Amino acid sequence: MTWYIIDTWIVLISILAAVACALLGNFLVLRKMSMMGDAISHAVLPGLAIAFLITGARASLTMFIGAAVVGILTALFTQWVSRFGKVDEGASMGIVFTTLFAVGLLLIVQAADHVDLDASCVLYGAIELTPLDVVWRPELFGSVLQVPRSALVLSAVCAMNLLFVVLFFKELRIASFDSELATTMGINANLMHYMLMTLVAITTVAAFEAVGSIIVIAMLIVPAATAHLLTDQLHWMVVISAIFAALSAALGHVSAIFLPGWMGIDPSVVEATSTSGMMAVMAGVLFFIVLFCAPRQGIFVQKLGRFEAE
Amino acid sequence: MFEISEIIDVLLLRNYNTRLVVICTMLLGCACGLMGGFLLLRKRSLMGDTLSHATLPGVCLAFFVGVMLGGQGKSLPLLLLGATTTGVLGCATVLFIRNHSRIKDDAAMGIVLSVFFGAGVALLTIVTKMPSGAAAGLESFIYGKTASMVLSDFRLLTAVTVCVLSLSGLLFKEFRLLCFDEVYAAAQGWPVKRLDVLLLALVTLVTVAGLQAVGLILIIAFLITPAAAARFWTDRLDQMLLLSALIGGVSGWMGASLSALIPNLPAGALIVLVAAAFFLLSLLFGTKRGVLVRYLRQLKLKRSVGRQHLLRALYEILEADAGPTDDVLIRSVPFRKVRGRRTWSDRQLRSSLRLAYQEGLIDAVNDRDMITLTRAGLDAAAQVTRNHRLWELYLIEYADVATSRVDRDADAVEHVLGEKLVALLEAKLIKLRITSGLEVPASPHPITPGD
Repeated sequence: MTWYIIDTWIVLISILAAVACALLGNFLVLRKMSMMGDAISHAVLPGLAIAFLITGARASLTMFIGAAVVGILTALFTQWVSRFGKVDEGASMGIVFTTLFAVGLLLIVQAADHVDLDASCVLYGAIELTPLDVVWRPELFGSVLQVPRSALVLSAVCAMNLLFVVLFFKELRIASFDSELATTMGINANLMHYMLMTLVAITTVAAFEAVGSIIVIAMLIVPAATAHLLTDQLHWMVVISAIFAALSAALGHVSAIFLPGWMGIDPSVVEATSTSGMMAVMAGVLFFIVLFCAPRQGIFVQKLGRFEAE
Repeated sequence: MFEISEIIDVLLLRNYNTRLVVICTMLLGCACGLMGGFLLLRKRSLMGDTLSHATLPGVCLAFFVGVMLGGQGKSLPLLLLGATTTGVLGCATVLFIRNHSRIKDDAAMGIVLSVFFGAGVALLTIVTKMPSGAAAGLESFIYGKTASMVLSDFRLLTAVTVCVLSLSGLLFKEFRLLCFDEVYAAAQGWPVKRLDVLLLALVTLVTVAGLQAVGLILIIAFLITPAAAARFWTDRLDQMLLLSALIGGVSGWMGASLSALIPNLPAGALIVLVAAAFFLLSLLFGTKRGVLVRYLRQLKLKRSVGRQHLLRALYEILEADAGPTDDVLIRSVPFRKVRGRRTWSDRQLRSSLRLAYQEGLIDAVNDRDMITLTRAGLDAAAQVTRNHRLWELYLIEYADVATSRVDRDADAVEHVLGEKLVALLEAKLIKLRITSGLEVPASPHPITPGD
């Protein structure tokens, strides 16, 4: 197995996407809204379709805006349905995103005669192809660096999320743990909620264009949950989740290259499997290792503690 | 538009293919609606979402095993077996994570969903790149192929529906207890964990059977939307489940029929939208928890509270003017004086006055802004004031509440005070009434404007 420059880019892009998601994911997990990423990533379909129908081209920016707007609407509708109808939050999320997805599907089918907008590309992403879309070629140490577009986009999104988390850390912390206390302290918990949802929508759209929605869903939840098992302090949780996200991104790509070999398939037939898929799997593997072996919350330690207590 | 004959053809299911599709989606809608009801009450609506994603690695593995065994790989029973296996495994993992760590339900579902689906995608990529080439179409397992269902799908769905209906009928009592009070059920000695797993296994069965027929998103919607819609109409579990199954069935029928009528519209999306329309209608007009009904209920309460406040304010003003021993007489009271009795706005008071006039409790407010009670109005006012004071006395006598706090507390509870309770209080406090020597017992505390 040889490592090409392209592999370095893939790893870099997936790390950027993973860290961007994991930073926000901490607050989703703490606010018990983990499935929001899943809902948003399905629901943006009509946004993409409408943006396409308006502009008639796969112009990146319009689609980006369309998808982000529908993403925010998903959060808004979910809150309305659960507040005015007194419906369980999970159920209202499910109703909203399936309905929006169905609308998107109808729109896409209507436009299908002159479009190739394909749902599976949105769901799986094509990270293996992203390094080919080069937009910037700075010269560095005498050699030309070929920077792909998604690396730039994801760096920006990642920086934005980092800035948000650092600037509003106190507000986010109080709003996540006790939104009533936040209100009495003069923090607008609802505003924090919508800012968070807006960023989740933007990150989702930016990331799945490059890496597919599975990574978005996995990286929003799994590293944050892993970190939650390791620490009780929010700032450490954020840091640890980012490290785990980066780790599973790197491991994911490596294992994607080696997995077919392990399964006994001739590497010349099947070179590598999906990096996105393996990133999610690796995040899961890390989670389960921590679930069992964590120093205080781990299942082994707790079983042992119970045993000693007896 | 459409020919009438075309519509009739579809409605009467004359075309063989339409008939098959419509009946299959109806069956599936019923089964999903039923299971979705249980999921909704257990606050696990998104379990269907997790489950349906978790079936993907099973499908791919089953295909892989099939190829390894030298077969074609695409035998339906093998694929279904694989899907069910990882689906159940996914459910079990969610329960395991939830029970053995501080991770909550929602995060556990998200973890299982994304990790299992990721594994599925990785396997699918390998499988589709394999030389046998037979894997083409494996994706239809996820996206569904509603319009091209065949007889074997019908048989499978019928079997699953019958199985789900009969089992949830047999175990209705147990499942009901599980949904409403898990702890109590465990204390009663029911095998709660096994029942929980059985319920999830039934959901898995429905999901897997439906998945390859109608696709992932439709199954998720089918499991959530009809149940949530049915919840607005009733508070009884049996009625809710029936209604939910009915809504699921009708959505399936209408969506599939529409898709048969209008070319180029996918049945799956139409069914989801029909179900969503049912949900919206129920949300607005549901007779038990609908938005409209709740709004009207609130309005009614507000009006009755306003009426009581108005009458009591008028009575207390007249009473203060009458002196301690005289009868309370009807006299005109200026608007300003009534307005000063409580913290209410001009608008609130005016609307209460309008309603009281319509009820015949007061005469029309004249041009000098004077309010005059009618005979019936005085009686009603005396009644309201008496109830209020009985409450206050009761609280002072029996509840050891400081006198200064009683008025406000009484204000809140008085509005839910029924006639029966008033009678009870009267009996208990008859002595106090006699000693006070008045028709309406005196207020136990000095009345000041603004109270």
